[in-house]
Amino acid sequence: MANVNVPAGKGMRGGKRAKAPMKTLGRLLKYAFSRNKVATVFVVFFVLLASVANVTAASRVSEIISRLLDYKPENHAAFMSNEMHTVYMNIIIMGCIYFVGAASAFTYNIIMMYIAQGTLKKMRNEMFEKMQYLPLKYFDTHTHGDLMSLYTNDVDTMRQLLTQTIPQIISSVITIVAIFVFMVMYSVTLLFVVLLIIVAVFCLTKFIGGRSAKNYVIHQKALGSLNGYVEEMTEGQKVIKVFCHEQKAREGFKKLNDNLNEVGSKANTYAFILGPVNNNLGYIQYVLVAFVGIMIIAFGKEIGLLSIYCSVQKADVANRVAVMAGMMVSFLMYSRQFNMPVMQVSQQFNAIVMALAGAERIFEMVDTKPEDRGGDITLSYGEYEKDKWAWKKPLVGGSYEYIPLMGDIRFKDVVFGYTDEKVILKNISLYAKPGHKIAFVGSTGAGKTTITNLINRFYDIQSGEITYDGIDIKSIRKDDLRRSLGIVLQDTHLFTGTVMDNIRYGRLNATDEECIEAAKLANAYFFIKHLPDGFNTVIKGDGANLSQGQRQLLAIARAMVSKCPVLILDEATSSIDTRTEKLIEQGMDKLMEGRTVFIIAHRLSTVRNSNAIMVLEHGEIIERGDHEQLISQKGKYYQLYTGAFELD
Amino acid sequence: MIKTLLKSVREYKNSSILCPIVMVGEAVMEIIIPFFMTFIVRELENLAKGETQSVNGGNIALYSSIMILCAFLALFFGAWGGRLAAKASCGFAHNLREDMYNNLQTYSFANIDNFSTASLITRITTDVSNVQNAYQMCIRMLVRAPVLFISAIIMTSIIEPLMALIFGGAAILLGTVVSICMVKVYPHFRTMFRKYDDLNSVVQEDLTAIRVVKSYVREDREISKMKRASGEVYKYSVKAERILTVMMPCVTLTMFIVNIFILTLGSNMTVGNISGNVSPSKLQTLIHYSAQIMSGVMMVAMCLNFISLSKGSADRICEVLNEKTTLPKPEDPVFEVKDGTVDFDGVSFAYMQKADENVLKNISVHISSGETVGIIGATGSGKTSLVSLIPRLYDVSDGSVKVGGIDVRNYNMDTLRNSVAMVLQKNVLFSGSVAENLRWGDENATEEDLRLVARQACAEEFIDALPGGFDYDLGQGGVNVSGGQKQRLCIARAMLKKPKIIIFDDSTSAVDTKTDASIRSALKKYAPDTTKIIIAQRIASVQDADKIIVLDEGVISGIGTHKELLKNNEIYRDVYESQIKSSGEKEVG
Repeated sequence: MANVNVPAGKGMRGGKRAKAPMKTLGRLLKYAFSRNKVATVFVVFFVLLASVANVTAASRVSEIISRLLDYKPENHAAFMSNEMHTVYMNIIIMGCIYFVGAASAFTYNIIMMYIAQGTLKKMRNEMFEKMQYLPLKYFDTHTHGDLMSLYTNDVDTMRQLLTQTIPQIISSVITIVAIFVFMVMYSVTLLFVVLLIIVAVFCLTKFIGGRSAKNYVIHQKALGSLNGYVEEMTEGQKVIKVFCHEQKAREGFKKLNDNLNEVGSKANTYAFILGPVNNNLGYIQYVLVAFVGIMIIAFGKEIGLLSIYCSVQKADVANRVAVMAGMMVSFLMYSRQFNMPVMQVSQQFNAIVMALAGAERIFEMVDTKPEDRGGDITLSYGEYEKDKWAWKKPLVGGSYEYIPLMGDIRFKDVVFGYTDEKVILKNISLYAKPGHKIAFVGSTGAGKTTITNLINRFYDIQSGEITYDGIDIKSIRKDDLRRSLGIVLQDTHLFTGTVMDNIRYGRLNATDEECIEAAKLANAYFFIKHLPDGFNTVIKGDGANLSQGQRQLLAIARAMVSKCPVLILDEATSSIDTRTEKLIEQGMDKLMEGRTVFIIAHRLSTVRNSNAIMVLEHGEIIERGDHEQLISQKGKYYQLYTGAFELD
Repeated sequence: MIKTLLKSVREYKNSSILCPIVMVGEAVMEIIIPFFMTFIVRELENLAKGETQSVNGGNIALYSSIMILCAFLALFFGAWGGRLAAKASCGFAHNLREDMYNNLQTYSFANIDNFSTASLITRITTDVSNVQNAYQMCIRMLVRAPVLFISAIIMTSIIEPLMALIFGGAAILLGTVVSICMVKVYPHFRTMFRKYDDLNSVVQEDLTAIRVVKSYVREDREISKMKRASGEVYKYSVKAERILTVMMPCVTLTMFIVNIFILTLGSNMTVGNISGNVSPSKLQTLIHYSAQIMSGVMMVAMCLNFISLSKGSADRICEVLNEKTTLPKPEDPVFEVKDGTVDFDGVSFAYMQKADENVLKNISVHISSGETVGIIGATGSGKTSLVSLIPRLYDVSDGSVKVGGIDVRNYNMDTLRNSVAMVLQKNVLFSGSVAENLRWGDENATEEDLRLVARQACAEEFIDALPGGFDYDLGQGGVNVSGGQKQRLCIARAMLKKPKIIIFDDSTSAVDTKTDASIRSALKKYAPDTTKIIIAQRIASVQDADKIIVLDEGVISGIGTHKELLKNNEIYRDVYESQIKSSGEKEVG
């Protein structure tokens, strides 16, 4: 039931099956049960008890019916004193067995529920924790939709597997075995009849179920393309309106929707037919068992243990019939009971396949190698000198060497590509002296953002060296390296929480006053004050209710609070109009004061007062110098500046 | 709510009605089978009692055949019912989606703003699936299950009324227990689903902002957020499932107790201690019925549970279906736009009626046909809002907007919007080829037409450089072209409409100044009679305009030519100066 709110996936993963199902199953079981060894033992025990109780209770019915069949009004008194006593005894025993069965079922269900929910919780947390430390490459190569569905669809199939499928399978197997034993004891011929129907059930389930599964894959695909259409068209709904394209949109939707209806109806038909078919095959079996049973009792010879039992007892004809009839009634009950677990197991098969495919995807993510943690040089504040940042390098013998953090960053012959095949940056060398403002200019794909991604080690370089205050950045602990860099990204992301929380994200121990001060410097104070609850306004859904410009102002405020010694501004003011940009210039100047700053900007007015401007093209620095130098060179920068070339 | 939803059943009404009837057929067959079983077992009974010397083979064969026939009929009915249920529920879902989508197409911008895009998508997909499942359960089970246990009780009363009483009592008891459980579990489930949503949004947020998280080294904070969210999910899942876990054994236990009762009572009836019409053969049928009755009660409970869980989804669907467009249609619409004059007459505007502050305040301005008008102003000054009123994307709160001398509210919507082309700030291209995208402007456009507008929008050159040229596939949302290229395609698309008025809402921000200028001169040359309204950040984009409007916090701070405004408008001068350094040097350099 919990999948009610889970968004339907894109459908592309629908048809996938686990590659190594047994291994995955083993690992999953170990994951779920190794933490709860005692509880697991209890579960198995109670499942066993419950199934056995179920089976043996039915055998009491045969005893009772046999006795009652023996009743003849003429010897009422004798029956009351002897046989009736046994009947009562059997009823009482049956009651006790029933009670034990129900109590065991309750116990294992509740234990299993706690195990399952606990496992899911642990799994979600571990997945998330693992995910935090995965390299960015992983996020580049996996869509958000796919990752999201690990937490929704895949974990949910796990829930079903643990709470329903596994206990049901254990109990089914035990029940089947127990009933099988009883059946062998009663009558081999009847067992043969039952098995015949079971084979039919299995074949039909495989056939219909297979059809259903195949059609579900098609259905999932159709659903995926409908979802894709709705997503794309709804994103562009305003464009549709402006172009009066509603009718066209409807037609496109109708085509996909009609198709979905057709394949969905087919897939569901197979699924809905399966239940009644199996159920009623059970009835056919029920009748056949009764028919064959009576024929055996009335006319035939039985080769099963039953006949031996009867011959040993040397019972008279009437008595033999009574005993056998009682047993047949039990057999009828068993055959119904037998069908149930067989049906359940065959229906659970799909659930297992899905769960294992899901588990495999989850394990795949959990097993991905996390980002390395970097070297052992850490960042310290105020230890070396009051209110000053310094790198803390551990020396042999437990003492530390402090290297003051200046913000001196150098690239030496850096070569980098996101994949090994395609080189993005070719032999880049550059230096940023402490307090310098370095700007990168160039068209999309020239490698501007890539350079900044290398400084904070979002990605690692293939060859060359990047040093930070003379230290190779690989020997600095990654967290500390990143902590020393304040970044404002092109796509601003905000978090659910108040405006204040979002500004404080830059430095968690910042006071309210500091946050407000930062907002003022970033010129965000004015619009924040106009929000319904000012700084306490809750931002939802990545700040959907704020304009892109306002979000950028908040991101700038966030960076201002962070007090990082080095700043990276990646198109930080791209959505802010020039007049507002002018207004926050003072704030920006203050932000950049005494800090090493890397700027990527589209608007050249933003970069003109930089100490050095690098013009990038195809991963190479083709021009460098300050504004005046570059203008007088009359090269690419000059062309860009005069508007002869397009920047995007 | 149910009424709104059921409107979408339409052509699947027959299947929807027939399905429960067929399912009743199956249920009745299922009840008849154990009843006939009594007769067969009775043959044995008589044999055991010595009343007969041998069984009547003919009778047995007859009853067996009847039962087999019943079983086949039940199978047939069940399968047929399944097919009908599939057809009806998928069809219902299909119609629901269609109705929702069709209604969505009538939405105004204000309606669209009411729902977020993400929520609209969930409503059309996931929520419909939930309702479809509930519907399917309803028509398949909700009639069949009660019939199953009622007819079982009737059959029982034919065999022995006292036993029927026991069954009836047990069913009521069980029904009560299950209902109580359902009522108790429902709020927990609701909360649980909300907690699931929270958890999903934590993951979602983390995924989209992973670079920020890593930059600020806030992984721990995210993890603790996740732990809190998953802890909540755990808490409410356990709460809900605990109740359900108690419920199941209650059901089986009730069934067991009923069995014990029946056996005790039945035994005593058989031996004549209690007067009653029960023999061992009937006893086995009764035990069979007890299982059927209990499963009937369970099924009803499950159905109700499913239905109540899908109520949230149904509500969300109804919201989409019931939303009425905020732009009323005129009674006697005008079907022709005379020319491209635009008049704002004392216009005030707010996005929401209850908003205390208007985005635009008392704006009056006249734009003549064929004029080029620039609009300049800071973020949030109301530029986009102002131009959105022209193609009637929103209605004014006060005053009126006239196009071609007629109030926009009196036009047929398509007429108006086909005459007013707007290149939106947040513009979107769709999957499909370049040509397909351009043809949004005019679906009958020839290749020459496409080439012409592409040339006007300075897009021809890069389109030709694309593999396949005009047939190049743009990918979902136009991901395969750069920002500047996208903007130029959007401009070309709008020009293809040959509109009376064309509006550029910051549409050339990613285009270089030279291209920007040549697009403007192409406009002037090829569409001299078209009114051109240009919102821009760059002064350069508007300085040649016939008229420039400077907006500041929703009011017009100045109107005039570039020169006039430089002289007497402080804001304009500010903006100019913030950009002019570069253009100043351009001349020097």
